[in-house]
Amino acid sequence: MAFESFGDFLHMGGYAFYVWLSYGVGLTSLFGMLWLFQAGHKKQRKDIVGFIKREKLIAEQQANNT
Amino acid sequence: MWAFFHRMASPKIFFDLSGRMIPWFLWSGLLIMVVGFVWGLAFSPPDYQQGETVRIFYLHVPTAFMSMACYMFMAITSAIGLVWRIKMAHMVAASAAPIGAVFTFLALFTGAVWGKPMWGTWWVWDARLTSELILLFLYIGFIAFQNAFDDYQTADKASAILALVGVVNIPIIHFSVEWWNTLHQGATLSKFEKPSIELSMLWPFLIVFVGINLYFAALVLIRTRTEVLKRERRSKWVRQMFAEELN
Repeated sequence: MAFESFGDFLHMGGYAFYVWLSYGVGLTSLFGMLWLFQAGHKKQRKDIVGFIKREKLIAEQQANNT
Repeated sequence: MWAFFHRMASPKIFFDLSGRMIPWFLWSGLLIMVVGFVWGLAFSPPDYQQGETVRIFYLHVPTAFMSMACYMFMAITSAIGLVWRIKMAHMVAASAAPIGAVFTFLALFTGAVWGKPMWGTWWVWDARLTSELILLFLYIGFIAFQNAFDDYQTADKASAILALVGVVNIPIIHFSVEWWNTLHQGATLSKFEKPSIELSMLWPFLIVFVGINLYFAALVLIRTRTEVLKRERRSKWVRQMFAEELN
């Protein structure tokens, strides 16, 4: 451990603002990408399911009309 | 080797195989990256000149490296797509672009936040910083081209050509600290020389470096699979796959 106490660790030798701002934005962006991409993938799957269901419905209606 | 790439050019095979590969890349990448960051933040020593701000190094240098590596990856896959007309390669390139843009933004952002306490300024218009900013614009241009056209073929061709032209910028970024006078320090690590860094600082850096590469691979695969579904939604195999899920 490079620090005496947890308080020291948070203080970062007086550079707390710069170090924690970097890591805050950095880690949020890095892990945010994962969250965003997985949400996007789920949405894409849902869209396709909706697309297939809609097609089925239209086909059934057309069959009923004739 | 070539047979493997050939098979991966089929969207269906790519989709199935990448789905099985993602958990491995993702969890190993996340774990290794977090170990590296914790080591860098809490256990590595402070720098004799820069004090605790040197901990930004473990975030700044890997993201800056990845911003360039991802661009090369994107340019190479674009070239493969152009030359051999492999649409799968274009999909991979299109998926890598926003990830590279985030890496570039992070390199610039962490650099600015590091520059303020050490150089006394958030930003200077010197060669290294300006060329890295141009890299961000290249990524944004690529993404804009991808979204500007109705059909994928035109979009892929336009953005691939942009990616290839933009490759000139990569050596400029790399050598900018040697070619021009700059506030930015020279390379810390080089293939040909002994690293100018203590082992206690080199280790956490290398760990983050390995982790971020694995994590990048996982992110690219996740996005590419989404892209495959989007572009191939009318194809038979996608319909069959979802029809099985619906029943």
